[in-house]
Amino acid sequence: MSTASEPLKAHRWLLIPALLCLLATFLLGTPIQVFGLRLPEPVFPMILPFAWAVIRPSILAPFALLAIGVFLDLFWSGPLGLWGLSLLLVYGAVLVTRNLILGQGVPVMAAWYVGAVVLAFVMAYLFVMLDAKTTPDLLATFWQLAVTAALFPLAQRLIERFEDADIRFR
Amino acid sequence: MAYRDSPFQQIKAPLVWMAGAATVVAAVLAVVLLVADRRDHVGEKGYGEIRGVFDSVLAPTGNLTAAPVRWISFATDEVRGYFFAVSENRRLKQQVAELQRWRDAAIALKNINDRYESLLKLRTEPAVPMISARVVVDARGPFANARLADAGTQEGVSVGNPVMSDHGLVGRVIGAAPHASRILLLTDVDAKTPVLVDRTNARAILTGDGGAAPRLDYLRGRDPIREGDMILTSGDGGIYPRGLPVGVAVKDFSGAWRVRLYADQAAIDYVRILQFRDLSQIVDPATLAPGAPPPLNAQQQQALNASYAQIAANAAARAAAAKAGAPPGAAPQTPAASTAVPESALPAAAVPTPKSELPTKPKSKHGKGAKDGAAAEAPKHRGLKDILKKFGAGG
Repeated sequence: MSTASEPLKAHRWLLIPALLCLLATFLLGTPIQVFGLRLPEPVFPMILPFAWAVIRPSILAPFALLAIGVFLDLFWSGPLGLWGLSLLLVYGAVLVTRNLILGQGVPVMAAWYVGAVVLAFVMAYLFVMLDAKTTPDLLATFWQLAVTAALFPLAQRLIERFEDADIRFR
Repeated sequence: MAYRDSPFQQIKAPLVWMAGAATVVAAVLAVVLLVADRRDHVGEKGYGEIRGVFDSVLAPTGNLTAAPVRWISFATDEVRGYFFAVSENRRLKQQVAELQRWRDAAIALKNINDRYESLLKLRTEPAVPMISARVVVDARGPFANARLADAGTQEGVSVGNPVMSDHGLVGRVIGAAPHASRILLLTDVDAKTPVLVDRTNARAILTGDGGAAPRLDYLRGRDPIREGDMILTSGDGGIYPRGLPVGVAVKDFSGAWRVRLYADQAAIDYVRILQFRDLSQIVDPATLAPGAPPPLNAQQQQALNASYAQIAANAAARAAAAKAGAPPGAAPQTPAASTAVPESALPAAAVPTPKSELPTKPKSKHGKGAKDGAAAEAPKHRGLKDILKKFGAGG
């Protein structure tokens, strides 16, 4: 599913994907039950640190991730900074290891993405455990982790659109 | 100043390093936010200005996106009602017949309870007014379980107010903006709710962990709980009023006790926010006074005087026995019947009008901010014997 790469303009590879992720998060925040089951709540912005770090290093991206994390914390009423730190952790980890990821096939990329998501959730889990002095439910955590990991095709799509835009970082 | 004249033009750092440095700076900022944010502070100041402003903006937007969901829900209900009207009607008739007996029993028990409260001069809790609100945003992850309702301080909501759905307790308000309020659910990791087991009166703390069924911690006593026991708020600590329905006790696979919440029976789209204040916060004692007990009739007065006389006689006999050196156990005992007011002496017409109580349904589900807690319909005055007879026959 390879498509022609698009020129790398900040608003195209940073702003629009970020807004789309926030919009998706907002829509899934609607109180709705389907056949008695509530909608899943994936962390949509998790695809951004992975894809952005793979596409190319950027100075703007970390601060954008911090802003997105703050939005998530305010939206979900979680501890302020929790998701910002988690997203930045993923960004930093992928940035450090991007030379290993570049040029790999989809299965390896998917495994890397799932590893990054697990890293973010472990960090969030540990912090909430220390902060609230109680252990969050493992099943609920696993459920959210699983639906977030299932977003890999979106991250892959974002990477494919922009990975060849700046060949200095290939 | 042209770019080439910039003093930084000679600095050539690899972009990867710059991105790494930016990541570190942003991470430090995130840590500072984490440390500075104290979500567990209780009171108006604990929630923070930023969250209040954010909620104020989010509530109307969330209302817009939630509207289609509500319309679809109404339409689905209409279609279901059309196709299943007959079976629904049959089920409701059966339910009404069953509830009729419970209503009669409740009226009789309430009547007796009011009578006892009046005779004992109990200072009962005042009525709790309520506000109906609509839930517009729902967070349900493992690390935060909260909802945003579209009623705030302008509608009378304040931080700490308990929140109920049609079925049971949902949580409490942790932040209130002018037209929005944030509700911390019982399932949130920060939620700790004092509860009791209805059957044994055993106390416990309901601890949320992000899952659907919160844990019961600090259960004490021998065999304090069984599967299926009803869990209510205990009122300890003054956060919640006593007796709000919470859920049913269940055991999880590890053997720990959890509570299946009543509020999970249906989608929480509308909530009732109780403007509850702990008794200790109420300064006006007049709001607590249940009123003077009804006057005694001649027969009651006679029985009471007889009781006093008997008590005085017993005391005199005990004093005389002590003076004579007799053991204190030899004093004559008070006959039980002499101090008890005979049932026939209770006035039939002196049943006090029940005080207003928690209403069971909001006035209007669709109107937000409707204050509807003050008035509950007063039951008909009846003679105690009639009620007991009816209760015996109907229950």
